[in-house]
Parts: sequence; structure tokens; C-alpha cells
Amino acid sequence: MFTPRLAVGPLLLASTCLALPAGAETLDIGVTGELASFDTSQVSGGIWESQILMDVYEGLVKKGPDGEILPGMATSWEVSEDGLTYTFHLREDAAWSDGEPVTAEDFVFGWRHLLDPANASKYAYMLYPVVGAEAVNTGQQPPEALGVAARDDGRTFEVTLESPTPYFTQLLTHYTAYPAPKHAFDAHGKDYVDLDHIVTNGAFTPEAWVSQSHISVQRNPEYYDADAVALDGVTYHTIEDRNAGVSRFRAGELDIMREYSSSMYELLREQLPDATHMSTYLGSYYYVFNHREGHPTTDPQVREALSLATRREVISEQIMGGTFQPALSFVPDGIDHYRVQEMALEGDMDARMARARALLEDAGYGPDTPLHLRLRYNTTDEHKKIAVAMAAMWRPLGVEVEMINAEATVHYQTIAEGDFDIARAGWIADYNDAENFLTLLRSGVGNNYGAYADPEYDALLDRAAETLDLDERQQLLQQAEALAMDDHALIPMLYYVSRNLVNPALDGWEDNIEDDHPSRWVHFAE
Amino acid sequence: MLSYSLKRLLQAIPTMLIVITIAFFLMRVAPGGPFDGERALPPEIEANLNAAYHLDEPLPQQYLRYLGNLLQGDFGPSFKYKDFTVTELILQGFPVSLEIGGLAILLALVIGLPLGIAAALRRNSAIDYAVMGTALAGIAVPNFVVAPLLALVFGVLLGWLPAGGWNGGALPNLVLPVLALSIQQIAYIARMMRASMIEVLGSHYIRTARAKGLSERLVVWRHAIRPALMPVVSYLGPAVAGIITGSVVIEQIFGIPGIGRYFVQGALNRDYTLVMGTVVFYGALIVLLNLVVDLIYSALDPQIRYDD
Repeated sequence: MFTPRLAVGPLLLASTCLALPAGAETLDIGVTGELASFDTSQVSGGIWESQILMDVYEGLVKKGPDGEILPGMATSWEVSEDGLTYTFHLREDAAWSDGEPVTAEDFVFGWRHLLDPANASKYAYMLYPVVGAEAVNTGQQPPEALGVAARDDGRTFEVTLESPTPYFTQLLTHYTAYPAPKHAFDAHGKDYVDLDHIVTNGAFTPEAWVSQSHISVQRNPEYYDADAVALDGVTYHTIEDRNAGVSRFRAGELDIMREYSSSMYELLREQLPDATHMSTYLGSYYYVFNHREGHPTTDPQVREALSLATRREVISEQIMGGTFQPALSFVPDGIDHYRVQEMALEGDMDARMARARALLEDAGYGPDTPLHLRLRYNTTDEHKKIAVAMAAMWRPLGVEVEMINAEATVHYQTIAEGDFDIARAGWIADYNDAENFLTLLRSGVGNNYGAYADPEYDALLDRAAETLDLDERQQLLQQAEALAMDDHALIPMLYYVSRNLVNPALDGWEDNIEDDHPSRWVHFAE
Repeated sequence: MLSYSLKRLLQAIPTMLIVITIAFFLMRVAPGGPFDGERALPPEIEANLNAAYHLDEPLPQQYLRYLGNLLQGDFGPSFKYKDFTVTELILQGFPVSLEIGGLAILLALVIGLPLGIAAALRRNSAIDYAVMGTALAGIAVPNFVVAPLLALVFGVLLGWLPAGGWNGGALPNLVLPVLALSIQQIAYIARMMRASMIEVLGSHYIRTARAKGLSERLVVWRHAIRPALMPVVSYLGPAVAGIITGSVVIEQIFGIPGIGRYFVQGALNRDYTLVMGTVVFYGALIVLLNLVVDLIYSALDPQIRYDD
């Protein structure tokens, strides 16, 4: 067992060895949740799940260490001029871990499997850009109606889209676009992911799974690039208590600890400077305004006043200890092909507060008629601290905040029903594209909790969806965001950051905005 | 005694039915469903999910379906951990919880009982104060403080033991969680044993025993300990059920794959089948252990007889 010792501080001198064959190089990663299933149609959407799945499966494309999109099961592809048809050429030596070739049929089968209503896949909508996908998923059309086809004896995979989808290759990196082994399904049915006979086409293949303890995978000898994979295996340890995960990292039991808790950041930066990583991340932390009839937040003056009084730096630096970045835009900074549109909050804090007071006065609120707001947040220490700070920042304006917290399940159900004035929400992107955020303000969309509706905004997004030229599309999306920011459709507050502890003895780990780190690129330095 | 036991188990059936019914409907009354989360699902996808798990049926029908499956020993699939059925999750996790919890209870008895007896025999002495003081601290300091401290000291600072992980139940991985779990139990048992020992030692039949000239040793061993054990035994019934079904705190801090977390997570995730599975399992365990306690009673106290 390669047991790395971190040469940082006396705390780390000791370390514990687990019994493993000599010479085997195994990576131990602490992940903060349990995988729902190796069947990608049954996955629940945790960050930890994509880490495991991207190690054992590979789609048409894959991610490089820096998050760059590289050819995966497809070596090349062409896009038709109208942007509607993608033709992927699969690699000759692509194989499942039992030696069977990976063919276009496996992609056809996998995508149909995902969209089959009987499989009730939570993330099936990721493939909705494909012709017929939604109709298949709702049972209105048979699976054969899906716009995918296997050609050339299974060497070519063709996809037809409903409308040009400029981020389609980004979607292909998501686990919903992975193939599924048709031959294994034919042999075992729904149990094809049982560890006894599971086959995968990624760099690693599952070996053991003790629920709530760990999943071990070993290098897949049938993987086309197996020689370039340095690690013999990876063990993903389920660690729900993040502070315990830090202890295990410090004891040398883990090489990587994903998503350490933000409250430990300062301590870790001091004690383990070489191992403590923090980096920009594709996530936005924001407060939703309720735009439904009868709520004070339907008044744009009220919304602007509340946003003006929000001191984002204080929250990010003093309350969250630097583990979030202050945000003036909804789309986080760093998205591909996009420049964020920040809201204009001019002047120093005194000027902003004066303007906020004037706006509230105009809106009819004053000492005798104070603005009363019901603020909802889901119960965690982090959200509570921020909510308390927000209430304190608004108090000088004479705003009375009633804070209501509930566990996440109840919280999101309540705000979807519209029972709030202001509510905490967060969004982590599914793929690296601004549209993934901007669509949350589109009228009638499920995650548009505040029921924001602006025909002009919707029209800009509609046009962007049909625009093939990437620069032109970027302009349209940026216009849409600028519009929403001017209208104070919501309060952008913070950008998320990724937080990882990484053994400095590891090479091949690169911080990237999607926080995706396929283990195949990672190895221990000589 | 056999027919008594059978009778008790039969009597438990209506109790279990009531427990199941209350748990089933309480869970459905709780706001939010198993598929509500940070992201609202498109309605068509939610419809697929509800259909796949029969959540679109009327509640009474779902209830009858659940009871029907239960009779066949089928707890159903977990809504969250999809590659496992609830039965598999419980069967995989329970031996782990049983091992850790059983060792902790054993340790608590081995240490707690002698400490309690010693303190009672030397009432108001330095030993008594030391034992009761430590016990008070053991009760007062919760295990979510003790457990990370143990991991920090023995796992990180000294490096003698793993800071976490199960590793197939290897001895080094067992030490800290068992210790963390037993500290509070040692304290409870020591205090309880002391109190009941003092009461017994003040009773008439002990005075009689002493008056007829028995040695103190014989008085304590033959006449005092057995009756003094009674309150501890009745405490142990529910306590053992609680401990061998795992502790969510200990499991999360040490990364142990027991079933304790399912009680909490199942409820938070609205994983209906998992919650029902744990409730049924826990209920059955309590019934069984209470029966065992009653049988031990009759062994300890000849006056208690369970006649047919």
C-alpha cells in the first residue's frame, strides 16, 4: 500500500497502513455520500456519484485533468450544417471489461434505457434535446422513436436533435449520456449492474461495494488506454461527517478528501497549506424573490433596495471565512464562452444604503409601515449564518425579517408552492454552459421558484437556443442575464468554490471549474 | 416457559401492526416526498417515478400493498440506495452494528458493574466520589464530542489506531468506536448499580444475613448482587436494542457501515420503504429483548414465575 505521509507539521507523522498487496498503488478518496446505483439511469445526482461513475464508465467524450473535453469512446465526430445531426465514429478498440466490444448499439440501448418511463430516471431530461426523447420518456412514443441510430456495423452512432444545442458536447460528458452494455442486460436484465457480473467500459471496473463504507474499483485491463492508467485501483470511502474525513486525511488514510467543510478552511490552510485546495466552481448561491401576486417582492424598488443593502464581501469573507466568492451576477464567473453580467450597485455602502432607504420610501414603506418579509432557508449552519446576516443588513432599512427554516425536502417543496417572500436557493451546473443557470428564470420552469416571468427574457433565451453561431449566442445569453440583473429578478450573493484536500505527493490532479477529477489522470509522484 | 414465550410473541403481533400503521401514515403525512430535493423535477419525470414506486395509488391501497409484501418478508426496494433492497441493507448493516454495539455493552457491563458495586460498598469514600464523578462526566459529555476527540488523539496525533473506516471489522478499527459507544453506558450502568446496591444493602434480609454471622463477602456475593442487578437488567432490554441497532453519530464519525444511520437518513430522505424497514426491525427487536429481560428476571428472582 502506498501510504503517503505529508511532511507538513508534527500532526501528520503517524499514519496507518491497511493491508494490501505490496507494490499495488491504490488511491483512497473520501466522498461525501453513497452512490445510488451503477445503473446510470438510477443515479440521484450527487457530486460524489459523478466522480465514481466517470471512473468506471466512459461516454462518447471524456474529460481531461483540467476539465477539457477529449475524445472518449468516439475518436471523432461531425456536426451537420444545421447543427441538428451529430455523427460519432467509435474507436475500434473500445471494449467492455469482459472483452466485448463497445458498439453504437450500446449507446442506442443506454439512451433508450435512460428514457424508458418504466425506469423512472430522475435525470432523463438531460437528453431531452434529442429528437423524441421527451415523448419517449412520457410514454407517448415507443423507445424506437428516439432520434439515435447505430450504423456501419455499430461503428457509427448518429444523433438527431430537436433544435441546435450548442452545449450538446458538454451534455455528453454527463453520466446520462454513457452507454449501457446491451449484451449484459440481455443476459441479466435489470440486475446487470450486480457486482457479480457488472461490466464497465471506463478506466476502472467495480470490485467491491460495502454500502455506507466503501466502493473499490480496479484497473480495467480491457480499457483502450489501460497502459496509460497509473493506478491499480481506487477506493471511494463514504464519509458523511466531513470533519471526520479531515481527520482520516490527516491520519494518512485518505489521499483525497472531497468537499471538506468550509468551516475548516482557515485551519487547514494554516496546517496543510500544500494539501488544501480551493477553486472557482460552477455554482451560484442566491436568494429568490417571490414574483407571485400579493408579495412585497413584486415591487422592483423593494428588490433593488434589498440587493443594495446586501454586503456580499462581508458574507463571503467574515461570515464564510473566504469559502465563497462574492457574486454580483447569477451566472458564475468562469463559464465557457460567456462573460458574466454584473448588476450595477454604484457608490460606497453609505450611498447604497441611502438609495435603498429612498427606494423603500417610494415603495410606501417607512417607520410606521415597516416592510415585513418571510425568509425561508433550508436547515444548515451555513445557511442559517447567512440568513441571520442578511436580516441584520436589512434591519437598518426598517425591514422586519421573519426567518423560517426547514429541512431541504420541505424547504424546496414549500418554496416551489410559493409560500415565501424571499428564499435561499443554490444551483450547481450540470454542464459548463450559461444556459444551465439562465433557464432557471424562464417562465414556467420547475426550478424557477420565484415564478419570475419576463417575455423579453424568455424571447432572448428562445433565440439563443436556435443560434448556431457561438459568439452570437453568447451575446444573446448575456443580454438575457443583463436584463434579469437590471430587473433584480433575484439576489445573486455568492459563487460556490470547490474544496478538496489532496495529498501533495499526487500528480495529475488539477483544480478545474467543474471540479471533475477522473482518477485515470492521477498518480503518485515517483 | 416455552408456551409463555410463544404467548408473548403472539401478543406482539397486534402491537407491531399498530406500530407499522402509525409509522406508515406518519411518514406520508410528513411534508415532501422521496423525490423532492434541491431541484424540482419536470412533472413528467415525477410521474414516472411515482408510477414506478406505486406512489400514484391511493394511500389505503399502498398500505395494503405494503402489508402484503411484508407478510412475504419483502421490505421493498430502497428509494435512495437503488442497487440494494431494504432487506439487503439491513442484513448487510446489522451484523456490523451488532458487533460494535454488543462489544460496547459487554465492555460497559464488565467495567460498569464492578465500579458501581465498589462505589456502593465504600459509600462516600474517595473511590465512590471518583467513580461517580467520572460517571457523571461520562453521561454529561455527548458522544459527538467524545468520538471526534478519540479519533483526533488516537488516530491523528498518536497514530496508534485508524481514525476511521471499517476495514471488514479488523480489530484496530473496532477499538475507538466501541470505546466511544461504551463510555456513556459504563457511566449509566455504574450509577444504576451503585444506587440499587445501596438500596439492597440497607434492606432487612441483608441485615438478617449479617446477623446470622455470614461474612461480608458472602453477604455481597450471595445475597446482594443478584437482586441489585434487577434494575440494570430491565434497563438493558431497551438499551441493548438501542445500541445494537447502531448509533448514527458513531457510524458517521468513524465511517462504520451499520444500520443506525438509516433511521435518520431514511426519514430525512423520505425513503419510505427504508424507514418502514427499520421501524419493523427495531420494533421486533424490542419485543424480543423485552421477552429476554423477563426471562432473565425469573432466573434472577425465584419469586417471579411465568406459569402457563
